[in-house]
Amino acid sequence: MALKHVEEYRDSEIAKKLIERIHETSTKDFKVMEVCGTHTMSIFKNGIRDVLPDTVSLISGPGCPVCVTAQKDICAFIDIARMENTIVTLFGDLMKVPGGDSTLMLERANGADVRIVYSALDSIKIAQENPDKKVVFLGVGFETTAPTIAASIQAASKMGLKNFFVYTAHKLVPPALEVLMNTEGVKIDGFLLPGHVLLISGTDEYVPFVEKYKIPTVVGGFEPVDILHAMLMMIQQFEEGKGTLENAYQRAVSAEGNVIAKNAMYDVFETSTAIWRGIGPIPESGLSINDKYKEFDASIALGLDVKEVDEPKGCACGAILTGLMSPPDCKLFKKVCTPINPIGPCMVSNEGTCAAFYKYHV
Amino acid sequence: MKDKNVLLDHGSGGKRSNMMISDIILPAFDNPMLAALNDSAVFEIDGKKLSFSTDSYVIDPIFFPGGNIGELAVNGTINDVSMCGAKPLYLSVGIIMEEGFPFEDLEIIIKSMGEAAKKAGIQIVTGDTKVVSKGACDKIFINTSGIGVVDNNLNINGQNARVGDKIIVSGTIADHGMAVLAKREGMDFDTDIVTDSAPLNHMISDMLEISSNVHVLRDPTRGGVGTTLNEIAGQSDKGILIYENKLPVKDSVKAICELLGFDPLYVANEGKLLCFVAEEDCDKVLESIRKSEFGKDACVIGEVVEENPGRVFLETLIGGRRIIDMLTGEQLPRIC
Repeated sequence: MALKHVEEYRDSEIAKKLIERIHETSTKDFKVMEVCGTHTMSIFKNGIRDVLPDTVSLISGPGCPVCVTAQKDICAFIDIARMENTIVTLFGDLMKVPGGDSTLMLERANGADVRIVYSALDSIKIAQENPDKKVVFLGVGFETTAPTIAASIQAASKMGLKNFFVYTAHKLVPPALEVLMNTEGVKIDGFLLPGHVLLISGTDEYVPFVEKYKIPTVVGGFEPVDILHAMLMMIQQFEEGKGTLENAYQRAVSAEGNVIAKNAMYDVFETSTAIWRGIGPIPESGLSINDKYKEFDASIALGLDVKEVDEPKGCACGAILTGLMSPPDCKLFKKVCTPINPIGPCMVSNEGTCAAFYKYHV
Repeated sequence: MKDKNVLLDHGSGGKRSNMMISDIILPAFDNPMLAALNDSAVFEIDGKKLSFSTDSYVIDPIFFPGGNIGELAVNGTINDVSMCGAKPLYLSVGIIMEEGFPFEDLEIIIKSMGEAAKKAGIQIVTGDTKVVSKGACDKIFINTSGIGVVDNNLNINGQNARVGDKIIVSGTIADHGMAVLAKREGMDFDTDIVTDSAPLNHMISDMLEISSNVHVLRDPTRGGVGTTLNEIAGQSDKGILIYENKLPVKDSVKAICELLGFDPLYVANEGKLLCFVAEEDCDKVLESIRKSEFGKDACVIGEVVEENPGRVFLETLIGGRRIIDMLTGEQLPRIC
């Protein structure tokens, strides 16, 4: 079971040529935001910062779903884990995020039934096997994960499952880009858009944004050659004074996206205002379960009392997520806040900017 | 926030495990042999140098592709005893079982332990069994301890890495961890990945016969090659540079790692060793390892360098550099 068509996107000769062309092309200072945490990690993992010219600086954006999950949602997750007769299922990155005085990892050590799954559909199986318990999936993610969560709710509905629920903290990427462009002090010359998000949504959804702001915007894949290729395209646009939307990930991303996945997503979810950690409320940026499927909405079914919660003192995650600050500028970074004792979510998630800076000793 | 209770992470072999060992265990047992933190303790009795090590096995599932908990417990301790260059001789075994555990499974496990011992040329000479009530342990846990003799002239340990040493890995990495993970509950992978569990004592004695310039040997088990190299860099206070394009990883292992977001550098091995050897002996040691049935894919993955003492760096495929840190936290799956 070899993964085909991956090795060529890691080819060192092709990468070297792209690096040479980037060095030849870039003459002016260029600040590019990689919107998504998967790009951030790949950039570090492949040593891409190391090979770019000094003119190009990279800012890590708000595209790490765990990082932008509001404190009140994290506290709600912990409340759910503490409920009697309840099994919590989740993707592993959420385990260590601190909320109040606890984390889901600590709750598990104290006896809560918290299970890491690799697909929301696994939660359905757990619900079937435990008919006398409530199974609650904690849904955190962007357009990449939302369709599969939607599919699991559709499946539960078809089966008539009465003990499966989803707490949704899903978010959409385009409204956040809009907010970034209008945040005082934020200066971004180009956007590297995440290929996996656009694989679902398609490039068409981003056309209005790019036409409005006329900023070099390129969709990129996650292998080193993909990223370097997208960088080169952005720099070329910038140097020529252009600001258009281009697709450097054509083997996966189309204009219309994955229509089946989008249909599932909007059969189950409707857009709503969501609170982004460090940024605040953004209209139309969240996905709530609609009336048709509301019996599966954990926040209603479990009668949760979700209260606003203050963010930890001194934590600069908000400024870091918008590119206003870099992790080493935060006074907690490395001193109090480490992957073993994370204060803010940017240090917790594997794809968080602070975790990346810490892990790779930037 | 200081941990109040033991977390699963304390058993990961990474940073939290190290903190628990240095904060609680080392001060209480206070002695230089333990404090050296090698795979085994090395000491002299009546002028004879001995190597002594112990390990407990709690793997889930107990039967996995290519092996089971029993042979793993034998091979694992043989390897831990051998990594200082010792010739392992005798093992003890302690078994804790949950009531209701099938005799059929027990017989398979015990039989495979006997076969593993025979293959490695050692004997299991003492042991103990306990049964606990249902739920007090998960199926079966096994502890093994082992003892071996060390040539008095040998000094192989984690503090001995020298600038210029070449670093050999004895075969493909991450096989064991991915073989086990692919069979965990909730994973439905149809793969051909099997554990690499194997006794490495003969491979070691063969290489030591032809070279007296082997400085460090260690098996990269929990925490993987990345964590083990960090331990050695720290113990020796030297820098280590490895090359991404030289790391041997099977295609099938690479594919599952990619899908689940695991880095093969941090995935456990059970039949591989890392060998730090002086450059002049590298070729012949490599040739010797490759002659072993468990070392056919051995290759050089990097070297010991002057710069950045205590740290491990990787040169990426595109020529950039990144630091390889110790594993922190359980390796977690990707979320988006």
